[in-house]
Amino acid sequence: MSFSEMNFSAWLPLAHAPIDLLAVLLLALGIKGLGKVRSARSANRLAAVAMALAVLGLLLQQGLGGWPWWLAGSLLGSLLGVLVAQRVAMTSMPQVVALFNGCGGMASLLVALAAAALPDPPKLLVALSIGVSVLVGGITFSGSLVAMAKLEDWLQTPAWMLQPARHWLNGLTAVSCLGLGWLACVGHPWALLPLAGLSLLLGVGLTLPIGGADMPVVISLLNSYSGVAAAAAGFVVGSELLIVAGAMVGAAGLILTQVMCRAMNRSLTSVLFGGALGGGNVGSSDQGEYSNVTSCSPEECAMTLEQAQRVVFVPGYGLAVAQAQHSLREVAQLLERHGVEVRYAIHPVAGRMPGHMNVLLAEADVPYDQLVEMESINPDFPRTDVVIVLGANDVVNPQARTDPSSPLYGMPVLHVEEATTVFVVKRSLGAGYAGIRNSLFECPNTSMIFGDAKQVLNGLLQELRELGVGKAPAAKDLAKVG
Amino acid sequence: MNQALPLNEALWVLLLGSLLGLELIGKVPPTLHTPLMSGANAISGITLLASLALIAQAQTPLLQAMGALSLAFALFNVVGGFLVTDRMLAMFRRRGDDQ
Repeated sequence: MSFSEMNFSAWLPLAHAPIDLLAVLLLALGIKGLGKVRSARSANRLAAVAMALAVLGLLLQQGLGGWPWWLAGSLLGSLLGVLVAQRVAMTSMPQVVALFNGCGGMASLLVALAAAALPDPPKLLVALSIGVSVLVGGITFSGSLVAMAKLEDWLQTPAWMLQPARHWLNGLTAVSCLGLGWLACVGHPWALLPLAGLSLLLGVGLTLPIGGADMPVVISLLNSYSGVAAAAAGFVVGSELLIVAGAMVGAAGLILTQVMCRAMNRSLTSVLFGGALGGGNVGSSDQGEYSNVTSCSPEECAMTLEQAQRVVFVPGYGLAVAQAQHSLREVAQLLERHGVEVRYAIHPVAGRMPGHMNVLLAEADVPYDQLVEMESINPDFPRTDVVIVLGANDVVNPQARTDPSSPLYGMPVLHVEEATTVFVVKRSLGAGYAGIRNSLFECPNTSMIFGDAKQVLNGLLQELRELGVGKAPAAKDLAKVG
Repeated sequence: MNQALPLNEALWVLLLGSLLGLELIGKVPPTLHTPLMSGANAISGITLLASLALIAQAQTPLLQAMGALSLAFALFNVVGGFLVTDRMLAMFRRRGDDQ
């Protein structure tokens, strides 16, 4: 048998080339497929398979040297990853993506630092890549953690951070980073340590002044950075696969950032350098008193709903925080059985991240086809009887269309005020995420229902049942099924 | 560190990879922004290859430990990222398919 005569140790390392190519192809197909609803899930799995292939290819190439170390590292990382991924609530998804992303950046930073300490002095290109990997990895890590903390509301932007002086401070840090990077390239590897420290500082300095509402864009951009850091690490260890994959993610992340900016009607520069939306004047003038605000009880709302033909719900982050999506679904079901047309208006940035609300409602079994995007539902509001806004604020602010002095001006919003009646469920008259007052609350056809979204919806549910809404047709439905 | 790639070859790879990445994402429905970001984020954990390569080259326990730590960070990103993306997408699937 010629098979047994073949020298495995001779051709095994060569097998990595086709495996690497296949991995790159699958990764590319994975990223592409993730952009379409139909193929997204399988594309995600495809990318995971590609990653496994890439690891296999590398192990074939370099053997199992140092296996106790990589086994320990893999076990630790994978276990924690599985744990966090399974435990996290859907509402805190954006934070978790930020956390994962930051860790990817930290990995690139550590690899580059360790590579610099290897015995043979690196050549210029490799030294340069080490510098880039440390710098970008550090920014990604600390920036992502800041983004996470802001989304979790652990962190507020300190006032001094909004001073224009911060640009000088960040600029100074960045220049120092470049200087240290240059030192590291010309044969002073010790400079990498202060570089790592300063890059972490820079990540905080760049991210901290950015308002919470813009965080999704920041996370997407940092995601792109971690791709760049990975590509740089690819130069460091001489892996084409890593360079391609890193570059792909870096570029794709940049496009996604752009797409998200467009959805929020923000330019990337204003997100990065404009500071928190609304800037320094949020504190006093915009918190002005509301006048002519009417409020009502869930009971009155239920009575209005009973008469309605077309109802649109506008879910926002407050709904998610209150974990009220299931109660909402129940109310909607009741109304549907009553013959009411129910739809959900989804603003592109409802929740804390584009698409976040879709995920949350899908979790509550809301039919996919009832979720209507902003462009499609806006023309329908004049023909809508009742709109119920649940924990959304800035995305329904009419001033974004009417008041050029509003910081929100120009942001596409849902035209809910055109409906016959609008109910706004909200805990208080506090300002929205962007800290801007909302003239919707003062519209004559708007009634506020103060309270936690879940409590209000449960109250509404009870009132609707007492009114007998949805009872009789429910029996019909049952007969149909039977 | 190991067989360094020829400079121009590595730069070509970088250029073509970037161009490919720019082309891959065109129009994405807002629904998918979060999952897409999460998925791309998992892929960026591919830096784990560098950690693996480093561990194989490292001679001192300190460097090996750094390699292992960075590997743990990268795999946390990869494994967690893919799982979370899958969890998100599993929710669309049910309804999206039956129309």
